[in-house]
Amino acid sequence: MSMKPSFLVSAARLLGLAGLTLLAACERPPVTSVQHGYAGTGMVQVYNPRTVEQQAASNEVPEAAPPASADGPKAGQVYQNVKVLGDLSVGQFTRLMANMTTWIAPEQGCAYCHNPANFADDSKYTKVVARKMVEMTQHINTDWKNHVGQTGVTCFTCHRGNPVPKEIWFTADNAPKGANFIGDTAGQNVAAKTVGLSSLPNDPFTPFLLGKEEIRVNGNTALPTGNRQSIKQAEWTYGLMMHMSSSLGVNCTYCHNTRNIATWEGGPPQRVTAWHGIRMARDLNLSYLEPLTNVFPAHRKGELGDVAKLNCATCHQGAYKPLYGTGMLKDHPELGRDTTLTEPVKAAKAALQASAAAPAAKR
Amino acid sequence: MAQYQNLFTTVNAVGPVSHGVELGHGNSPRTGQPLLNYWLGKLGNAQLGPIYLGGLGLASLIFGTLAINIIGFNMLAQVNWDPIQFIRQLFWLALEPPPPQYGLSLPPMNQGGWYLLSSLFLLISVMLWFARTWRRARELGLGMHIPYAFMSAIWLFLVLGLFRPVLMGSWGEAVPYGIFPHLDWTAAFSLRYGNLFYNPFHALSIAFLYGSVLLFAMHGATILAVGRYGGEREIEQIVDRGTASERAALFWRWTMGFNATMESIHRWAWWFAVLTTLTGGIGILLTGTVVDNWYLWAVKHGVAPPYPDVFPAVSDPALQAAPSGVKP
Repeated sequence: MSMKPSFLVSAARLLGLAGLTLLAACERPPVTSVQHGYAGTGMVQVYNPRTVEQQAASNEVPEAAPPASADGPKAGQVYQNVKVLGDLSVGQFTRLMANMTTWIAPEQGCAYCHNPANFADDSKYTKVVARKMVEMTQHINTDWKNHVGQTGVTCFTCHRGNPVPKEIWFTADNAPKGANFIGDTAGQNVAAKTVGLSSLPNDPFTPFLLGKEEIRVNGNTALPTGNRQSIKQAEWTYGLMMHMSSSLGVNCTYCHNTRNIATWEGGPPQRVTAWHGIRMARDLNLSYLEPLTNVFPAHRKGELGDVAKLNCATCHQGAYKPLYGTGMLKDHPELGRDTTLTEPVKAAKAALQASAAAPAAKR
Repeated sequence: MAQYQNLFTTVNAVGPVSHGVELGHGNSPRTGQPLLNYWLGKLGNAQLGPIYLGGLGLASLIFGTLAINIIGFNMLAQVNWDPIQFIRQLFWLALEPPPPQYGLSLPPMNQGGWYLLSSLFLLISVMLWFARTWRRARELGLGMHIPYAFMSAIWLFLVLGLFRPVLMGSWGEAVPYGIFPHLDWTAAFSLRYGNLFYNPFHALSIAFLYGSVLLFAMHGATILAVGRYGGEREIEQIVDRGTASERAALFWRWTMGFNATMESIHRWAWWFAVLTTLTGGIGILLTGTVVDNWYLWAVKHGVAPPYPDVFPAVSDPALQAAPSGVKP
């Protein structure tokens, strides 16, 4: 029998090329795996050291400026139109303003938010947004400690030197051609970065981080007892979880015991933090970002005219903890408390607290 | 000189092409002029064609083409009729079943109507093809092993796309027609029902699937290995064991104590293949209809073992009366 080596060789080359093409989408070994749960249960975290190395640079924390004295007149008394930071001393106020410039608009400078002719002027939308964002940061650090802990957040956690944080989202336009007769994607089946390039529903944010759709799909009983969650709903939840996984650079097993995704008992405690995180993102989108819709100009809005919103990636940016858990709040305590200097409001607050405490004291 | 090992097909029979046996009344003529191809002969028989198409085959192909076209044109519309994007995104694209809120009613065309129409055509096509295998087997005087085996695959197909959705009361339970989307659906199915790995019928199906692969490899290797003694003449050796059969049998008897026969190995393979989809279909049909959470079912019946706790105690934060930090 006559062998045709040239044919065999070219066939082998073709096969090899096809194989390499298919493998090109994969991450090359080696990867590191770290045991996270009980041995032999697959509770491991898999890291690609090359990806981690790349990310490390973007997670460096800028050096904090020396603290300013709290003495002296308050910013609210000295400057005009200071609505949320009035309780700071002038020194503290100036320090924070300088910090905000380096954190948010290092290239554009003060004029990114301020009218250089009149710093008190609210004519630039960015200043109105910045004020709301300061309030939001204080709200996160005081009311969402079960997600951010004592580490807290600052403007830098999300902005990292960008006027608009890198990771934001808009509601997806699922019917760009209107109510068409053919070609509905059901909100999924495109290689979307939001869900780790899977074909899962690619805007899980609108139902879960803006709306309050049920995320849980598993039943609590072995046999059916009325849980009507469908497989399609499971796909939406799966989409949200893919987003969380890629935002934090972790596997499912960071929060879940994969032999039963739904069970809390015996699972990693990180899931509780994440549970609060989902509610936090929802709260912030509804209470701080949606109200800014009319403040933003059209070019900052999404294709449906909605405001830019936040999700897990906005802060985390690929790290299990933003900035690998390096706290900046300790150097910027003014972002961890209410700093308004509006006396009537303060008086009203005090009165409210007194009336709430009174019945408890009587009992 | 190195000894020749017949890993590739060596016998490339070349002779006058054959149209096959004469067929009786009610049969169609065969389609196509047969031809011989050297490279086809490397893989199987060198003769290509003729094919028996017939009424059932033709109808099956028409309905199948319709189904595939509905799927394909929906995918094409999804990428705005761009053929390059169609190829680029092909693995992600899919025709999705209707949203669950439509239940078993007829949804608008673009909300799963196309899916149902495509499924209907696909079902008709598959059933016609089944009838065709049945009738061709009868006409050639064969046993019904091939149609029966096909029936097992059709059972799983019907469970996924018809029986289970009907029992669950929603067409939205059916599988999307797409490469990655159907895989994501599979993962979501397992997640929704508390981990399918605790479904014993799923376990059986996997065992039969991997068993089929193993048996296929063992059988193929055994017959090739005794090919030098004429071992590929299996059918004759069922009743007249020669040295090839004896050597093959001895190999397995010596290595694992027990061996199949030239006949029984084919029954093993047939049953393993048939049981893969048969048990798989049962497992799917029970999921959601009879069992809602396979993990809890496995705990209840002592299948899922407990592991030592290594994490600090965690409880569901949603069950706490007023979780701190959450504003009402």
